[in-house]
Amino acid sequence: MAMNTEKNSYTVIFSIVMVMVVGSVLAFLASALRPRIDENERFEKQQNILYAMGINENTPDSGVNFIPTDVVEGEFGKYIKEQYVLVNGEMVADDQAFLVDMKKQLSNLKDGGEARLPIFIGEKEGKKSYILPMHGKGLWDAIWGFMAVDEHMVIQGVYFDHKAETAGLGANIKMRFFMDDFQGESLLNGGSYEGVVVSKTNNDPLNQDKEDNTVDAIAGATITGNGVSAMIKETLKVYRPYLDNIRTN
Amino acid sequence: MALLSKKDANLILDPLADNNPITIQVLGICSALAITAELKASIVMSISVIFVMGIGNVVISLLRNVIPSKIRIIVQLIVVATLVIVVDQVLKAYAYDLSKTLSVFVGLIITNCIIMGRFEAFALGNGVWRSFLDGIGNALGYGVILIIVGFFRELLGSGTLFGIPVLGDPIAKTGLYSIGYENNGFMIIPPAALIVVGVIIWVQRSRNRALIEEA
Repeated sequence: MAMNTEKNSYTVIFSIVMVMVVGSVLAFLASALRPRIDENERFEKQQNILYAMGINENTPDSGVNFIPTDVVEGEFGKYIKEQYVLVNGEMVADDQAFLVDMKKQLSNLKDGGEARLPIFIGEKEGKKSYILPMHGKGLWDAIWGFMAVDEHMVIQGVYFDHKAETAGLGANIKMRFFMDDFQGESLLNGGSYEGVVVSKTNNDPLNQDKEDNTVDAIAGATITGNGVSAMIKETLKVYRPYLDNIRTN
Repeated sequence: MALLSKKDANLILDPLADNNPITIQVLGICSALAITAELKASIVMSISVIFVMGIGNVVISLLRNVIPSKIRIIVQLIVVATLVIVVDQVLKAYAYDLSKTLSVFVGLIITNCIIMGRFEAFALGNGVWRSFLDGIGNALGYGVILIIVGFFRELLGSGTLFGIPVLGDPIAKTGLYSIGYENNGFMIIPPAALIVVGVIIWVQRSRNRALIEEA
């Protein structure tokens, strides 16, 4: 006898069974794959931090090339000498600081709560880099990154990434031609923290003027570019006590 | 004996040209606008849609006699959303770099009306094998257009293909740029995709006049 698929009771039972099956499949998949995904995310963060301080496999004409995943853990331990979190102006050593969720910490800070702001001190060929994580908003969703500065507040390198910026437009903030422009820019202007602004009217496509606190914007990505400028400004604001400390010592 | 009968082969071949989901059925335009500024993104999106549509059509076809018609659209949405989540999670675990490239596109697959359209128009009324072929055929038809649009938008808009400069360096003025060529910034914004799709439709209809609707 054929089933009557139009009965309300059948529809309800079908819905329940379907939700249970789909829920079980997705829950099983999520829990089975979670350790691998976590590991990938951990390696990615290490690659991003190292990239910002110039430890990468870029060649002059290449795109963005990270340290390979299979060696990144060793390289991270080799180059990142100290990891701290800044809590109420106090530096606390934390060897897992790179796992701190910056979005959550900035949100805590906005709500007036306590935040743990990670800081990494790297050393390459005797030169120290202070690497600060950043988090902000692009056009569609979150943008984030890492910025390495020296003791004079000159940018050694940056790495930007995004969750859902438009391909070919805002998504280009993670392209090398954009990120490379930040190298050598000073965060200071006349002793005060000005940051670096992504500018549509820079008229300096080769980015030769490293004292102007601006880099060229990406065509068609105004809001994402403004998001990058705001993110740098916000980073300088929250890390100000730490940066002052580096400059005076 | 041929692997596919003529009827089965047409399920793959028709959507590539004379029944293309984008240029003839005018479906899936949103994602064609959103992601075709880069050739790589177009290819990745096409591969993902081939997977989701092929498997999705099979699942809907298997369930076609037991799905209550009152909630069939919801069931179809659940199937496509589940497959998209599976693709996303597996890529994050085993092809993390690719999953980063896909990022926003994976979510866009759920809103692709070609997928829901084929579930509704074909998989609900046909067997598993034919539904699979129909899914693959339509996804290929969609992918072909996406790749053509992505090719022209990236080449004319950024002067690159797969991110590699092919027309020279626009800042240092080498290659074509040395004789005055400029990248067309309009090509990298979404409306340019409509123009490229429009040109493809024009070329297709002028080559096959049977496709022109009578006024």
